[in-house]
Amino acid sequence: MTVTDHRRAAGTGAPRRLPPLGRPAITRISVITVLLLLALFALPPVMSLYYTDTMTQVAIYAIVTLGLGVLVGRVGLFSLGQVAVLTIGAWTGARLLFATGQPFPVVLIEAGLVTMVIGTLITLPALRLRGLYLALITLMLAGAVTVIEATINFPNGGGGFSGYDGSLTHIPQIRRPSIAVSDAAYYRYAVIVAIIMFGLVYLHLKTRPGRAWAAIKQSEPAALAAGLNTTFYKLWALALASFVTGVAGALLAGADQELFSIDFPIQNSIELLAVVLMGGAYSITGAVIAAFLFQFLPALLQNWGVPNDWLIIIFGLGVLQVLTTAPAGIADQMPRDIRRLWRRVTRKPARPAAEGGAK
Amino acid sequence: MIEVGGLTVRYGGVTSLDGMDLTFEKGTCGLIGPNGAGKTTFFNVLSGFVKPAAGTVRAFGDDLLALPHFKRARWGVRRTFQTEQAISDLSVYDNVAMIHSPLRGSARRADVLEAIEFTGLPDPYATVSSLTAGQRRLVEVARTLAGKPRLILLDEPAAGLPDEETAHLSSVIRKIPEHAGALTILVDHDMSLVSAVCETTAVLDFGKLIASGPTAAVLRDETVMRAYLGTAEVET
Repeated sequence: MTVTDHRRAAGTGAPRRLPPLGRPAITRISVITVLLLLALFALPPVMSLYYTDTMTQVAIYAIVTLGLGVLVGRVGLFSLGQVAVLTIGAWTGARLLFATGQPFPVVLIEAGLVTMVIGTLITLPALRLRGLYLALITLMLAGAVTVIEATINFPNGGGGFSGYDGSLTHIPQIRRPSIAVSDAAYYRYAVIVAIIMFGLVYLHLKTRPGRAWAAIKQSEPAALAAGLNTTFYKLWALALASFVTGVAGALLAGADQELFSIDFPIQNSIELLAVVLMGGAYSITGAVIAAFLFQFLPALLQNWGVPNDWLIIIFGLGVLQVLTTAPAGIADQMPRDIRRLWRRVTRKPARPAAEGGAK
Repeated sequence: MIEVGGLTVRYGGVTSLDGMDLTFEKGTCGLIGPNGAGKTTFFNVLSGFVKPAAGTVRAFGDDLLALPHFKRARWGVRRTFQTEQAISDLSVYDNVAMIHSPLRGSARRADVLEAIEFTGLPDPYATVSSLTAGQRRLVEVARTLAGKPRLILLDEPAAGLPDEETAHLSSVIRKIPEHAGALTILVDHDMSLVSAVCETTAVLDFGKLIASGPTAAVLRDETVMRAYLGTAEVET
């Protein structure tokens, strides 16, 4: 593109905002579409109940890792409190589903908004802290949230504010949307909600907040000098991450139908950060890979009868691997390696054929 | 016009700016001095990163020091940094569009593209990480030009650049006041760049103003030579 092109573009009053889609972009869009169609239509009929439930969890946790990816990869805020944020969403979602007859999507949004407010408040120290200190503070806050939740418990159909009644003998299940009562239908529902959340985050990344976050991550002085209110944009990132995590929480309430505070140990927050780093904190695909690592891999190991302790070892090695060879995670490394492999595969047979021809 | 009066900045026991009095009229003004003279500190005061211990700065009649730092960009202060700060994950366009601008919609897009075109960068949609060091500097310069700037501060824009890129940068900087209508202050150690670009130049040494006036005269000044070279017998 030459300088005169822009002048013409600028002169017409409607300069192009984005370059035309190149071939890689078109390939990427088609691959994503095909994968999504497969996930929505081809998978449910062939999956066993075990894997349907696992894949539902993958879809839900992909939203959580997406939110954490925004914080870690885009703004550089290392939060170890995301599982606590998730449980706030789950608690709010469960409480609302028991207490009201509101449509499910409305409850999702409400849970997202409540979590957005609380999640942003508890991550407020992020505005003053960075790196290790922020990680520690968020971990401690997550611990506090876990303690509170263990005390008031998750709603089980009881009355009052907490919605918990320890004397109940018949515990009603948390309801699901009427269009997605079966596990397979709920799986599809979760995937669609996840797609919407990914769209929401993608929109943010491609517009003004995304630009501001990139600037803040690389150079806060440059962002300040450009007149960006860095505090405001950091808050925005925290709010967005908390919102999507809250929606994921409410979705999780519908998926599990019964919630227990022991299902959300603090340790999960650390594992969550590990898988986000492994999957790739800088890309949206990384969030999906991270969710597979976090939910699918344990299910697979369990199905194969491998002790769960191996998971921690695998994650440890994985993080080490990422830190030493692939700072942008598997999402960046895999396509590169596949391309390299492809080049090697396509080049190798060509050589003997050429030699054969020469003979 | 920028009027600086009695500007003093202290970092603990170190007095970085010591009662600096100076007026920048218009066009492109140079600000030179040995390392540690207080040039970058002065820029930090103007852009709001450092609070002075004493002194006033009036810019086109406004009290600049009364504004919090993020409002200075809204007022029209633009700056580059000694270490280049183009955001590598973003495209050239997004880097420039990052700046605060009173313009909206297509007028804003046109303004951003015009700033990029002015600096001679070939492709506004290229990712910054794919550019050369000189081009990345130009991205920073383009960022200072978008969104109606009033005061542009360039902190060693030519540091570490090869000669031909410095020459291009110099031709770009020289056209800034006429193009953007902003007062430009250039800090650099490259005297050929300063004398090619700046009509007037001020010299700082140990936080004190030791000379100011037309660039050619200032560069011949004996005090200035002594400050730079540590000796008066330089004519020999």
